[in-house]
Amino acid sequence: MAVSRSPEELAEILRTLSNGTALVVKMGGANYADNYFSALATILRDYVMETHGNAIYVSVTNPASLLVDLLSSMDIPTSDVFFVDVTSYMMVAHAKRNPNTSYVESPTMLETIMLRVEYLLQKVKSQKKIVVIDSIGSLAIHNNTAILSEFLHILVNTLKSTGAITILLSVAEETVPELDNILSLVCDQSVVFSSAGGGSGQ
Amino acid sequence: MAQSLSPPLLERCPTGIEGLDNILGGGFPRGSTVLLTGSCGTGKTTLGLEYLVRGALVGERCLFLSVTEASEKIIENLSTFEFFDKKILEDKRLIFIDVPILYEKLGLSKQELTPEDIDLFITAIVHLAASLKVQRLVLDSVTSVCFRIRHEEKIRDFILKLGKSLSDINCTTILVSEIGPQADRYSLYGVEEAIADGVILLGNVQREGDLLRTLQCIKIRGATHSRAQYVIEITPIGILLAPFLKGGRKG
Repeated sequence: MAVSRSPEELAEILRTLSNGTALVVKMGGANYADNYFSALATILRDYVMETHGNAIYVSVTNPASLLVDLLSSMDIPTSDVFFVDVTSYMMVAHAKRNPNTSYVESPTMLETIMLRVEYLLQKVKSQKKIVVIDSIGSLAIHNNTAILSEFLHILVNTLKSTGAITILLSVAEETVPELDNILSLVCDQSVVFSSAGGGSGQ
Repeated sequence: MAQSLSPPLLERCPTGIEGLDNILGGGFPRGSTVLLTGSCGTGKTTLGLEYLVRGALVGERCLFLSVTEASEKIIENLSTFEFFDKKILEDKRLIFIDVPILYEKLGLSKQELTPEDIDLFITAIVHLAASLKVQRLVLDSVTSVCFRIRHEEKIRDFILKLGKSLSDINCTTILVSEIGPQADRYSLYGVEEAIADGVILLGNVQREGDLLRTLQCIKIRGATHSRAQYVIEITPIGILLAPFLKGGRKG
């Protein structure tokens, strides 16, 4: 049973990450919304802003425009966050365009996601580059485990070689054992996160 | 003294496209003739242009021979790429020539080129390349030229002579070849790929409704290279490559 980490503890763990590290943040399914928003705030405000880094945020769970609105409401600036929006195209008529955002047509276009991340890594000037994948569970809705495992293996190792920090968000209870295995294989650290902190996680 | 496990390398001509150079082991062997083949919209012209621009940016003299599209239009499209610097045009490190104008100057007005016409055309290209000290050349497309040669024997002869003459002046050449989307060979006439030193296949692959642009090095003589399929994306900073995911598929 892993101990759930609080936002403060997660922020402290993030501060110790060296370039080229991959971290999986497993959020509890209970109070998921609270955990999710709290994790976003910790990563994007307490870490990206503090380190003057640039974040490349691969948004599979929500459209980038929704996240920008959400982050604004939490007083988190998004000028240093570049989004790879993988959901808006699927909504066709409802997609709202957003600056600092690159759109991928479908979550099944995993190679295109890799290429957009690579493109943005070459474009951003900051020494500290953080790539957030939100989330493994959302990618798993659209992709089978075999191709998703292959994607994670290649993406995370590529990011490690470029010195970028990778943060993979997942819902603890929804990650199938095969994906858990690949996350253990490619990630250097794993953290169970709860906005309330304390307690025991999965 | 430690023995190297790698075979001796021929001098390379880096394409400047990082992902492609990685899979080619550093670039095309210098002086080779590479057939760049694919159906419409697969990125052939863009790849050929990036190869020339990257070469011009490192000081090499580069020549683009355009058969089907006006140079002005191509330059206009090129200016949308961040790696393009119009200074290479002003310095004449990148030169565009419209082949229809060349045909006209050479008096090649007949629809079907005779063996003498073909020799005249090859001589003109090689003379241009030699006098301009061209190190990189792209002919876009060789298919359009072959359309006027028509006969397989003559096409074979044309590519052999052109490739050999350009190789003799150490010019590394890309011949752009157009094929249909379902083609079972790498060129329209089926002889070009046998003569060329290298073949790079660009394609559009459908995977569960997604259309992916792909690249695969079929052969590169004198180079140990990857033969895997890659997904490519044309971005403002140039062509990027990622491995084509197999997702546990067999065969």
